[in-house]
Amino acid sequence: MKNLFLTAVVFLAGFSMQAQEKSNKNAKYTIEVNGNCEMCQSRIQKAAYSVSGVKSATWSFETHELNLILNEEKATLLTVKTAIAKAGYDTDEVKSTVESYDNLPGCCQYERK
Amino acid sequence: MKKQISILLLLLFCSINFYSQDTLKEIKVQSAQKSLQKSLKLTANTTLLSSKELLKAACCNLAESFETNPSIDVNFSDALTGTKQIKMLGLTSPYLMITEENIPSVRGASQAYGMSFIPGTWVESIQITKGAGSVVNGYESISGQINTELIKPIKDIPFFLNAYGSSDSRIELNTHFNRKISDKWATSLFVHGNTRVSKNDMNNDGFLDNPLAKQVNVLNRWQYTNAKKGWVSFINFRYMNDKKQSGELNFNPNRDKLTTNYWGSEINTERIDISTKINYIFPNMPFQSFSFQNAFNSHNQESYFGLNQYNIKQQSYYSNLIFNSIIDNTMHKFSSGLNFMHDKYNEFVNVTDYSRVDNSAGAFFEYTYDNVDDFSIILGGRVDNHNRLGTFLTPRLHVRYNPWEKGVLRFSAGRGKRSANIFAENQQLFGSSRNFEIVNTGGKVYGLNPEIAWNYGLSFTQKFLLLNRNGDFGFDFYRTDFQNQVVVDLYQGPQQVVFYNLNGKSFANSLQIEFNYELAKQLNIRTAYKYYDIQTDYQYVTQERPLQAKHRFFGNLEYQTHLLDDGKQWKFDFTINWLGKQRLPATISNSGLDSMPDFSPSFSVMNMQVTRIFSSIFEIYVGGENIGNYKQQKAILGSDNPFGTTFDTSIVYAPIFGQMYYAGLRFKVK
Repeated sequence: MKNLFLTAVVFLAGFSMQAQEKSNKNAKYTIEVNGNCEMCQSRIQKAAYSVSGVKSATWSFETHELNLILNEEKATLLTVKTAIAKAGYDTDEVKSTVESYDNLPGCCQYERK
Repeated sequence: MKKQISILLLLLFCSINFYSQDTLKEIKVQSAQKSLQKSLKLTANTTLLSSKELLKAACCNLAESFETNPSIDVNFSDALTGTKQIKMLGLTSPYLMITEENIPSVRGASQAYGMSFIPGTWVESIQITKGAGSVVNGYESISGQINTELIKPIKDIPFFLNAYGSSDSRIELNTHFNRKISDKWATSLFVHGNTRVSKNDMNNDGFLDNPLAKQVNVLNRWQYTNAKKGWVSFINFRYMNDKKQSGELNFNPNRDKLTTNYWGSEINTERIDISTKINYIFPNMPFQSFSFQNAFNSHNQESYFGLNQYNIKQQSYYSNLIFNSIIDNTMHKFSSGLNFMHDKYNEFVNVTDYSRVDNSAGAFFEYTYDNVDDFSIILGGRVDNHNRLGTFLTPRLHVRYNPWEKGVLRFSAGRGKRSANIFAENQQLFGSSRNFEIVNTGGKVYGLNPEIAWNYGLSFTQKFLLLNRNGDFGFDFYRTDFQNQVVVDLYQGPQQVVFYNLNGKSFANSLQIEFNYELAKQLNIRTAYKYYDIQTDYQYVTQERPLQAKHRFFGNLEYQTHLLDDGKQWKFDFTINWLGKQRLPATISNSGLDSMPDFSPSFSVMNMQVTRIFSSIFEIYVGGENIGNYKQQKAILGSDNPFGTTFDTSIVYAPIFGQMYYAGLRFKVK
């Protein structure tokens, strides 16, 4: 029963159980990305999609979580985080430059940690 | 507990994926919130009606469930069949694709009464798409698509009871039972019965205003869900038996059937449906799935209208295989697949045999691009081979663009093709002394050619926040251009109806302007103005389509009291429809009393309903339809001599019965 529950969670929220497997074509990750508004959603997702190998990217305004499915033969989580930082958004590993942050539209200028 | 949650979550997720084929993803997710939803992000012009919307009116069956929605016009039921016909963009239901869980349901033999065979309480939600629609479900839709989702066994409550009674002596009873058999299997049993036992003649013309009726309708659904493996499956069994009797008050079918003692009619329909659906979502790839649907149904209508006999039996098999996936990433999605359809018709008009077999097979591909921001496009195409329609292509296009915040601009274009079932679709005309004439030009369906039309549409919606209250306004304009049409000509005189291929032009323009606003807390207003310009080159005259108002106005006012902690709540609803004058079929050559003017008068019809919710398990409602008591002056031409040459029950432009009051209750065990 617990297994089933876990699988469902994995399936939905996309915690990466298969992260250890080498070059997973459908690796799932959930990372936290700071953002404020609906406009951020489209900017964050667009930034993620700009990385070749990202198959699916959904950012939730409520949880600030970005769910990713990516082809690890083509992309790594780090390249995605770098692309998101370039768009002005901080992640745990890669922080955005002051310049990119300042380029964000007014409503998107979230409080930096 | 955990297990249940996980299954529910998965199911929610699966249902999203199910819908990706219809690009209804966005609104499906939030279906619990508002009763009527219009999304800013959907590519097609689709409105979602949740089951809450259906509780706003008497709404006994699907045909009656659109009374509070301006996109669909509900016609007045005629004295003969008691069935309400619907129209979208000014075109009647044969030009719509009506599906039940994406399986074509109201088509062919069931065209006239099919929507009244789906009880309202079974419905979970309805999606109404204006314009061309998706290629996934077929090539037949021209002016729009209506898809109905029935209650899913896994989400169903253990017991539901609805009883309804009305002053036109109709009684309805709906009972739903549900059981969760295991963590994977759930089943629901829906039992519907309705009847009208007493005869009504409010206009004293000697004819029943509503048919005597009896319907038994039973649906048993099974749902299998395996969260771990990504499988969801449905199996449905359904049986329906419907009997209607109408005509003169003194008509006794045992004694007077097919005689000239009294004029009367009986329409008896028996239907069996079996359908299955298997959906598989690749566990590691939630964006990839396949779905396989199969449906078999047998529809058997035996009827007579005075001395006219009409029998039609249709046995159909439908199969659809869809594969959904992405190209590179979820900004580029596609659906592709195959479908197959087989229809065997045994059709007899008096002694003439029109029986035939139709087969078609097709392949489709639909590509969706969404830039995850302000633009999306759906490009679809299909190729079909049909034994009567030939081999043909069906292209469809939908584009969405958000020019600024809370605004959405949409464009659609597409082609539709279908064969007209002239008798089934126009069977109300059997209730007249009209002679059916077909101008045979060697076409493959009743000697006529298939109907082909292009539909183009443009729409704009702007949502806004004014004085801290939500509102929206918008307009849409659609044009349907017929390349060929089977013209139903009622302008050649009151003693005949002539069917022939279009020679010249035929089009339908429709414009709708909408304004909706929250006037005060919990008080909402919906308004719409609709303009229709529908013209056809008939054999001898270019004329607007009969029984279609050029101008219509719609208004709905809804008020709800604050929902108390113990679940108590009041709900009030008021709807008004104003219809401008309508062109009537030509009856000028009839003498005096049996001729009608060229145009009907304009009039309005008002409905209202009050619902009292006592708790989450019990509620009652009372309401009135046509409370202004507007009645058509003369509903039946030649009613004093029904076997004479001027008899006609088909010219119905307004309510016949007058005001009607009803009451009902709903009881739920959760």
